[in-house]
Amino acid sequence: MSEAKKSTPVNAPVLYDEQNTFRGVSKRLFRENKIAVVSLIVILIFLLGAVFAPWLTEYGYEDIDAINRLGKPSKEHLLGTDELGRDVLTRMLYGSRISLLVGIVPTVISMLAGAALGIIAGYIGGRVDSIIMRLADIMLAFPSMLLAMVIMYTLGDGIINIFLALALVNWASVARIVRSETLKLRETEFVEAARSIGVSPFKIMRRHIMPNCIPSMIVLFTLNIPSAILSESSLSFLGLGIQKPMASWGLMVNTGRQYLYTAPWMSLAPSIAIMLIVLAFNFLGDGLRDVLDPHLKKQ
Amino acid sequence: MKKMTLQVRDLCTSFFTDKGEIKAVNNVSFDVPKRGIIGIVGESGCGKSMTARSVMRLIKYPGRIVSGSITLEGKELTRLTESEMANVRGEEISMIFQEPMTSLNPVMKAGRQVQEVVMLHRKVSKKEARAEVLRMFEKVGISEPEKRYECYPHELSGGLRQRVMIAMAMICRPKLLIADEPTTALDVTVEAQILELMRNLRDEIGTSIMLISHNLGVVAEICDYVHVMYAGRVVEQAETFELFDNPRHPYTIGLMNAVDSLERKQAVLDTIPGTVPNLLGLGEGCSFAPRCGRRTGRCDQMSELIEVVPGHLVRCHCHRQEVR
Amino acid sequence: MATNILKRVGQTVIILIGVALLIFIMLRIIPGNAIVTMMGEHANPEAIVRMTAELGLDQPFYVQFWKYITGVFSGDLGTSYSLNRSVSELIAASFPNTLRLAIAAALFAWTLGIVCGIIAAVRKNGLLDHLFMGVSLLGVSVPVFMVAMVLQYFLAHKLQLFPISSGSAGWIGYVLPAIALGWNSAGSIARLTRSTLLEVLQEDYIDTARAKGYKQLPVIMRHGLRNAVLPVITMMAVQLSSLLSGAVICETIFSINGIGRLAVQAIEGRDIPLLQGTILFSTALVILGNLVADCLYSLLDPRIRKEV
Repeated sequence: MSEAKKSTPVNAPVLYDEQNTFRGVSKRLFRENKIAVVSLIVILIFLLGAVFAPWLTEYGYEDIDAINRLGKPSKEHLLGTDELGRDVLTRMLYGSRISLLVGIVPTVISMLAGAALGIIAGYIGGRVDSIIMRLADIMLAFPSMLLAMVIMYTLGDGIINIFLALALVNWASVARIVRSETLKLRETEFVEAARSIGVSPFKIMRRHIMPNCIPSMIVLFTLNIPSAILSESSLSFLGLGIQKPMASWGLMVNTGRQYLYTAPWMSLAPSIAIMLIVLAFNFLGDGLRDVLDPHLKKQ
Repeated sequence: MKKMTLQVRDLCTSFFTDKGEIKAVNNVSFDVPKRGIIGIVGESGCGKSMTARSVMRLIKYPGRIVSGSITLEGKELTRLTESEMANVRGEEISMIFQEPMTSLNPVMKAGRQVQEVVMLHRKVSKKEARAEVLRMFEKVGISEPEKRYECYPHELSGGLRQRVMIAMAMICRPKLLIADEPTTALDVTVEAQILELMRNLRDEIGTSIMLISHNLGVVAEICDYVHVMYAGRVVEQAETFELFDNPRHPYTIGLMNAVDSLERKQAVLDTIPGTVPNLLGLGEGCSFAPRCGRRTGRCDQMSELIEVVPGHLVRCHCHRQEVR
Repeated sequence: MATNILKRVGQTVIILIGVALLIFIMLRIIPGNAIVTMMGEHANPEAIVRMTAELGLDQPFYVQFWKYITGVFSGDLGTSYSLNRSVSELIAASFPNTLRLAIAAALFAWTLGIVCGIIAAVRKNGLLDHLFMGVSLLGVSVPVFMVAMVLQYFLAHKLQLFPISSGSAGWIGYVLPAIALGWNSAGSIARLTRSTLLEVLQEDYIDTARAKGYKQLPVIMRHGLRNAVLPVITMMAVQLSSLLSGAVICETIFSINGIGRLAVQAIEGRDIPLLQGTILFSTALVILGNLVADCLYSLLDPRIRKEV
């Protein structure tokens, strides 16, 4: 038994060590998980597509080809045209800007806020902890979709409001995970040592606790982006997110749904794009978790 | 010649990892005589637990028995199908594990876990099985068996849990009991009680016992015959008194000095320098050589087991002359 | 254990009040006047004043909230502005549909997920394992509306095996929505079942069970599953939340008159009492689900049962 256990470090503490440098991680990721690497490439392709959209297509995203409405995929329009005769591929490229932005920005906000609150709650404890965590409990009690809908209703449509809504929905789960990590770290020798020589609490949180939370934060980050993308597409699908004439994948699916039986490409193409990017992020997150932090369980 | 319960010949068990083959058990042979208690000692990682698991055929992936034979009263275990082997386990050979804390299922009542074994191997009703468990509980010294039967493992002390494990192992009166570090997790007074209990059960039921331990004291206490393992191989084997009076292999001597210096409360403990070698990519030579004070040029080649006195075998070149 | 549950129930009530307060605040900090937003910018000023008084919006905030929360505990969620009916009545009428959908989806997701998870764990690194895990990750990654639309397009439109909208079609109308809604959950349950089962199978007591003479399958069923099922149950409770909130989209696509659709109607009709009621109701359901899961958890795990 002992021999077998040695080969897999089941009980090794997760500490921010040399193995977790950028090079170490990418090396191991490359060696152990080819799918994650492929996913990374897919994500990069999507990002490049979003950035260079104007150069990749000859149409503008509002250019109308009036004779060719609801046109089937063809040489001129690789993914067909929509009900106004706009090129679906072009709109998807521009739409990916919004969808990716919506995936990344609110996730960054919620990660930062959640991590800060989680570390403070876990390290300081006491009343601060219970206030923050009760608030988190309340946020987590809401069905996330409905909460996002209410926030969007209150704030009104628009991309900034989507950022806010999704960040508000997601911070609580981040805070909860970071808090539990902090609780574990607070009891470690190096933190106690730092405390015993009089390092200020703020400095301990910043210098000793935060760096050790980073591996799980990176994993959470990669896994929260796809859920944000999904949430945006769902909101836009219900007509509560991005508004016309802007394009986001969710909104395109929403419009396309009315023509599902006559022009299925209108809704299928953006759906598949959503699926691909979400899948890629999930694979990458899974791979990163295996490499960075075997303890972190998918929530 | 004594009747043998278990005969192990040239057993090799390896783990096949992506970094290469790890020979956890390397050409190990030993016998367990009927009603005998043999010990296998060595540092952690020397392959003693793997030897035990090989006999049970409970090696986990990516490990497997590569070659050798294991016969239980004439029955060749390595050739049985998995389902035939399952019938042997618990019925003819049973095993006690090191950690009584984690070896019992936390969500099942202690009594039920023992009852299961009876139900599995005997055609009896639940009620009869329960009665048998209660009798066994009494036999292994569990007071208030009725009450303990209904307890969950976390409600029992370490000693009690190990008694439950022993009850579980002995309830089908197996031919062979394999005890893998049965007392390591217990404190000293409980340890003595458990060893006493095992000896009594051997006398009463007639089970042969194979005891795995890193603790020379435990082995000296209870075993008739001892094998010392190092890096997957048996390096020395002898009857207990002979081994403790005349240890021959430098490793055995080192082990005993370490224990002696502990007992004498020496300021500086005698230890064996270095650690157990990585089993991955062991060379041709003696695997103890890097830590050995009596290393010579010949140690580039592994010695075979040399019989220095009848019944006392040593795997070391330095005893070659003495045989002549 | 009884005191523990009582404590949890107490916490639940507090969280519920917190939830109500939060919704209440959120729906009243709308930029500009909530009533104007509700009635449109060109509404008659007199009507606005009347409506304000009717909804009690001219009173101090805490009075409004007190009125509302006492109403909630006596089952009165106010009157829908757009549909002109009692919110409680509307919810009572649509809840059975959502519940039916959620139960159908859960049945589909949980059986499929657990069975696939067990098979994948038993055949670790085998073909079936890779297949199931690949498909389950796909399951986690596909948006609900995509599954719904693909099913609708192929099975309902092309092959005409199922009705396109489920509103009046009886139980067969719930097949496609249940699959669409349960798809995600099935994926995550399968993955969780596999990973916890694999973890449990590493435990020492599994060795003990095998040493007793159990064959592989009985070991997994008797000793593995019972221990692996605890985190799975927790996830099921969490999923109830996503099944109920994911139902918004599913109900919209398949025209099922459930709570989610009611919420969408409330938003479209700018109907604050109705929106408030539906959200509060759904959230209460989720909280209740979590409470039930906690109780189940402590029933199944004797360690917790005795300790606290």
